[in-house]
Amino acid sequence: MDRRAFLASASSAAAAGLLGSGLPWARAFAQGAKQDTLLLISENGPNNLDIHGVGANRPGYEAAWNCYDRLVTYGIKTLPDGSRSYDKDVIAPELAESWQADDKGITFKLRKDAKFHDGTPVTAADVKWSFDRAVTVGGFPTTQMAAGSLLKPEQFSAVDDHTFRVEFVRPDALTLPDIAVIVPAVFNSALVKKNATEKDPWGLDYTKNNVAGGGAFKVAKWTPGAEVVYARYDDWKSGPLPDLKRVIWRTIPSAGNRRALVERGDADVSFDLPAKDFSEMKKAGKVAVASTPISNGMWSIEMNVTKPPFDNVKVRQAIAYAIPYQKIMDAVLFGEAKPLFGAASNKPDDLSWPRPAAYTTDIAKAKALLAEAGLAEGFETRLSFDLGQGVVGEPVAVLIQESLAQIGIKAAIEKVPGANWRGEMAKKSMPFMINFFSGWLDYPEYFFFWAYHGQNAVFNTMAYKNPALDKEVDAARAAAASGDKATYEASVKKMIEIAYDDAPRIPLFQPYLNVAMQKSIGGYAYWFHRQLDYRSLVKTVA
Amino acid sequence: MRAVARRLATIVPTLIGVVIVTFLLTRVLPGDPAAYFAGPTADQASIDQIRAALGLDQPLPVQFAAYVKDLATGNLGNALSTGQPVLTELAARLPASAELTLTALLISMSIAIPLGILAAVKEGSFIDHVCRVVTTAGVSLPVFFTGLLFVYVFYYLLGWAPAPVGRLDVYFTEPERITGFFTIDSLLAGDLETFRAAASQLFLPAATLALFSLAPIARMTRASMLSVLSSEFIRTARAAGLRSRTVILAYAFRNAMLPVVTTLGMVFSFLLGANVLVEKVFAWPGVGSFAVEALIQSDYAPVQGFVLAMALLYVALNLVIDLVYGLIDPRVRLEA
Repeated sequence: MDRRAFLASASSAAAAGLLGSGLPWARAFAQGAKQDTLLLISENGPNNLDIHGVGANRPGYEAAWNCYDRLVTYGIKTLPDGSRSYDKDVIAPELAESWQADDKGITFKLRKDAKFHDGTPVTAADVKWSFDRAVTVGGFPTTQMAAGSLLKPEQFSAVDDHTFRVEFVRPDALTLPDIAVIVPAVFNSALVKKNATEKDPWGLDYTKNNVAGGGAFKVAKWTPGAEVVYARYDDWKSGPLPDLKRVIWRTIPSAGNRRALVERGDADVSFDLPAKDFSEMKKAGKVAVASTPISNGMWSIEMNVTKPPFDNVKVRQAIAYAIPYQKIMDAVLFGEAKPLFGAASNKPDDLSWPRPAAYTTDIAKAKALLAEAGLAEGFETRLSFDLGQGVVGEPVAVLIQESLAQIGIKAAIEKVPGANWRGEMAKKSMPFMINFFSGWLDYPEYFFFWAYHGQNAVFNTMAYKNPALDKEVDAARAAAASGDKATYEASVKKMIEIAYDDAPRIPLFQPYLNVAMQKSIGGYAYWFHRQLDYRSLVKTVA
Repeated sequence: MRAVARRLATIVPTLIGVVIVTFLLTRVLPGDPAAYFAGPTADQASIDQIRAALGLDQPLPVQFAAYVKDLATGNLGNALSTGQPVLTELAARLPASAELTLTALLISMSIAIPLGILAAVKEGSFIDHVCRVVTTAGVSLPVFFTGLLFVYVFYYLLGWAPAPVGRLDVYFTEPERITGFFTIDSLLAGDLETFRAAASQLFLPAATLALFSLAPIARMTRASMLSVLSSEFIRTARAAGLRSRTVILAYAFRNAMLPVVTTLGMVFSFLLGANVLVEKVFAWPGVGSFAVEALIQSDYAPVQGFVLAMALLYVALNLVIDLVYGLIDPRVRLEA
């Protein structure tokens, strides 16, 4: 091969490659399909189409949410800033047309025209089987059912083909809200049973790769790790028929490319963006952006109170006064989060949650408190964060390390791999950490039950046990169940005050869920599960 | 033929070693897959349940025995990150990686070998300097950087390249799977549109990888050509009045090829490694990104499967290279 021949062949190969994309007919071909197809991109795809499956990941929840129906769902409200969100106070019908609660339980009347994707009518027996499955399979679904006091199959009965009843084991205000989350989805029991095996009586292997439901969307094709293609279920009766006929969900691991795709107009929706990209895209104004505070969620500094010197409340408060709150807001979050510091008092004046604590950055006060604790010289510790959430965790850790050095505390930063984080949390081995927690059910006492209560759940990373606080949490739960508003309010306010004064967990900020989309996309609403609901989305093509 | 059989026999201990090492290595890694997969609101009971379901509560020798037994039946376990059997995943993803790597290697060879020959023939000339600059640049730019740069320039700014969304544009459907190479499958199906779409998606990632692998091939070609060109039989050939082209391509290059082929084998193997990053940048559903994902999640089965598949691939590759040696240089055949 001589030089000319080589150059000619190399350049023609290059030209062929580059031209391929710009071909006019390729675009024309795509145009027709584009009108009612949504192209969604995000960092990860599902690993399981069934939320009951072992180790189903968050994107898997999204598939389950859109492909299965629940008995009831939440309403949608417009927030003061004009964005749309689910409404935790409004339970709306989905598969159930109506329901009636009495002292002993709730009776649901199912709609009579609902059919699964294969055409089988939805009956109360399917609902009973699905609820039995959720409380029996173990793992996350069973834990989540228990959060609403849905514990055992004996609680559920199919009264007739279209009547389903849940008996209470104890009064619990969260029972109905818990039936509206993703887990109690209704499965096509005949179809799953047909594909179940002796080793796998609940057919988890089948539902991992196949949808056996009757939700608004069907999975037309799933290439794990790369793509999910949904097709609308045209016979869906449990709500208004979605506008979109197809949804294509591609996994694009690189954040930079996700941004490029949306800005170039090649993708319709990019879900869950880093704060930096979000704030820059908002400024550029090329695409529409939406951000909603993640309900019942906060980033916080947590200190294990069983590990000295964090057993001393003065040390904890000293640290609370040494956190560079505003710097974190500006440099890490680019202002895109709700600050949870600088309140007038730790004593709440209303029931809004998460709410700011009364701490601010005050190095002099921090030094004084540390001296009172007899640690004027400071001490050494390690500050851990979850590498899986390193985009936020790492810069926050560095800023805190820098600030703590001013009061003599030497904090070595420990990066814990994502796979390890949960295990470390469960062992309660970390003395000092940056962490995020959010509860699906948006009630303060729910947050406290998991994150502060002396039952010492995984999320009580502080190993905090305070009988005075537990009393208020239990009282708030009981009052919510019995509808005693005055006691409920008093208890919630008291528990927040105790927790903030005692400072085992120092609130930093409430993060936002950020979404970027083309201006042609409408109908976006924020959901408690922090995944996308395709059913309400509309695409207008100019 | 007997040589091939003898070579194959030496593979067995290698593979046994690979199986043991990968098994132990994945166990030594920090991280608790059970806790990771139990999900955000899991309590200790559900973590233990998952641990039992994954067989991780058993002592190591028992886990190893179960692993070997599964291997013997062709069961590589399930990948928790995508939920699919590892064997299915590898089979589906290997062609994607292979298509990318081979295309990159072809592009790289078609540039690097002529460049190396020219640089050797015209030593110290302009083309020799070009060769030096290109190879130095290529090897010193990390692939994820070149990849992102290419996307930024050719897709974001210029709009020449298609969106980096994987192997095919969203609105195309995959060609029927015959070889698993989209470009070949679409041609076999006679579908030129899909071929063009697949080829255009392939170009940028392949070019990124190719740039990275230019250096060793070009440098090796140049060095090996230089030493051959200065040898006596070339002088004789020239003195005999053979055309310069014949001398260089037919006599010099053929003799210079042996080290180049060795380098190609090495380049191919490190391209498979570099693939990991390129696959991440271009959302390419290959084995590399799959294995990294699994590693991050302490998901043992895919990592073991990946290492095993790679080991097999290398062994096969080395075998092929040994055979090619024999074809290029009869002396090697005699010695074997």
